[in-house]
Amino acid sequence: MSGGTALVIDGLEVEFGRFRAVDRLSLAIDYGEVRALIGPNGAGKSTVLNVVAGVTPAKAGRIVLDDTDLTGLSEAQIARKGVRRKFQKPSVFEVLTVRENIELGLAIPAAKAPPGRIEDVLAMVNLGDLADRLAGTLAHGQKQWLEIGMVLASDPKILMLDEPVAGLTDEERQRTAALIRALRRPDRAIVVVEHDMGFVEEIADKVTVMHEGRTLFEGPMSRVRQDARVVEVYLGR
Amino acid sequence: MKTLFADRSFAALIALCAVAAIVIALSGGTSMLSPYMVNAIGQLATFAILAVSLDLIWGYLGILSLGHGLFFAIGGYVAAMHLLKHSYEITGIVPDFMQFMGWQEFPLYWAGLSNAPYALLLALGVTAFVAFVFGYVSFRSKVGGVYFAIISQALVYVAMLLMFRNDTGFGGNNGMTGFSLVFGWPAGQPGTLVGMAVVSIIVLIAVLIGCRLLVTSRTGRMMVAARDDEVRLRSLGYGTLWLKLAIWCLSAVIAAIAGILYVPQVGIINPRVLSPELSLEIAVWVAVGGRGYLTGAVIGALAVNALKFWLSAAAPEVWPFILSGLVVLIVLVFPNGLLDLAGLKWKPRLLASLGGAK
Repeated sequence: MSGGTALVIDGLEVEFGRFRAVDRLSLAIDYGEVRALIGPNGAGKSTVLNVVAGVTPAKAGRIVLDDTDLTGLSEAQIARKGVRRKFQKPSVFEVLTVRENIELGLAIPAAKAPPGRIEDVLAMVNLGDLADRLAGTLAHGQKQWLEIGMVLASDPKILMLDEPVAGLTDEERQRTAALIRALRRPDRAIVVVEHDMGFVEEIADKVTVMHEGRTLFEGPMSRVRQDARVVEVYLGR
Repeated sequence: MKTLFADRSFAALIALCAVAAIVIALSGGTSMLSPYMVNAIGQLATFAILAVSLDLIWGYLGILSLGHGLFFAIGGYVAAMHLLKHSYEITGIVPDFMQFMGWQEFPLYWAGLSNAPYALLLALGVTAFVAFVFGYVSFRSKVGGVYFAIISQALVYVAMLLMFRNDTGFGGNNGMTGFSLVFGWPAGQPGTLVGMAVVSIIVLIAVLIGCRLLVTSRTGRMMVAARDDEVRLRSLGYGTLWLKLAIWCLSAVIAAIAGILYVPQVGIINPRVLSPELSLEIAVWVAVGGRGYLTGAVIGALAVNALKFWLSAAAPEVWPFILSGLVVLIVLVFPNGLLDLAGLKWKPRLLASLGGAK
């Protein structure tokens, strides 16, 4: 399937009470690309990730991965199809060690995983030296990376990262950008929700700008800044 | 979790239990250790088992049950039925409650209960079934937290009202007592008391080691992960429904085992074991000792019961106030129970890390 369409979001609608968070949104994300989802606060970016992950139910519309309809499946079932999601607030298991966190990320007993997989992931997210520390004792940036490691461990087809550089220092941000670029593979699609435009420019192949639950613009990063509507509702502020 | 301190305290506790079992086996019932003391220690051991069962589900999985007395009672009631039926078959003494009701025969569902293995199987089977149905309905609809606690409390209360009825064939408000034989041994004799106490302590050791193996395994890590962030765990590909159900049923079965061991030692069961107060007290034992530490649950059960034993003789009217005060103190000052005190002294770093985890 590499190179083809990975994830299709078709006519998605989500409502919270009377508030329409996502309004007839359609998106197609290809294998091999890093797609950034940007837009002002409340545009519905995180909600889209929540619906794909099965955390939030959709009112209408379909989510399709390869040829499998994910709509209505449980979080665990969707995860087992190869979808992983990093939450906006770093969500790691604080009373477990760094290694144990990564091990849970495998979703199968460590003995059944490819040998050395945990060590590889630890090295990738730069936490090899801290493997036996309790996750609760890590600094904020290290927790962000640990969570990326957890969602990476099972080698997912769809990797969704919700604000991976929120609260990171410039140096940590650069390393995260390098990490995300290194994770790009022909058989994987990466979706990043991010506010930091500089960061988006560094990592994204294609950008979808959301506004009030709809797609405002879709295209390469270079053209985003020239789009009059995007400048008006988002960048211009 | 797997700190040296926790390992050491666990090893020390197991050693202490083993020593107690050996001392009782060798000198129990003699002038050194009165039958009364032996009996008290045996009953305490069953309370410790009960506390561990609640700690497993509350401390490690974050599911607070305020109705664990239900499972304790199921074990206790089936054990009492076995003892009465067996005593009747050997001695011909008709149980009090049947005389009271004017019944000539045992109700149908007492059939076969004089057979100990069948009675044991029935007790554990009924417990697992009740726990499964209640757990499945609750966890399936994602009922948790205080709501689950309140529903579990209501369940034990309903069971108490049911058991207070005299026509159900379970002894009614007087309960069941007057066991003349305990698993074939004469009831109340020093040898029987020693035997029951030793068996209770051995079961406590087995339950502790089994639970320890469980909570330090991969399943144990999934348990604390589900406790701390269930959405995160689910979106890593783990279905938490069956994890919660399995541990919930296991916890219920352990509570039932405690009840099976308790009733022959105390010599009576009545609907008061189903009172919400007892179920609340179990949660207090675990909270006092320290949630999420098996050692803490045992220490809590022993400490609170020792205090209760002393105070309910010295000043019975203040006991409820002491108990409530204890809960407030624990919640406000020592959220991790008595182990906070130990942590303060021995392992400031452990405490700091747990504090940071909040």
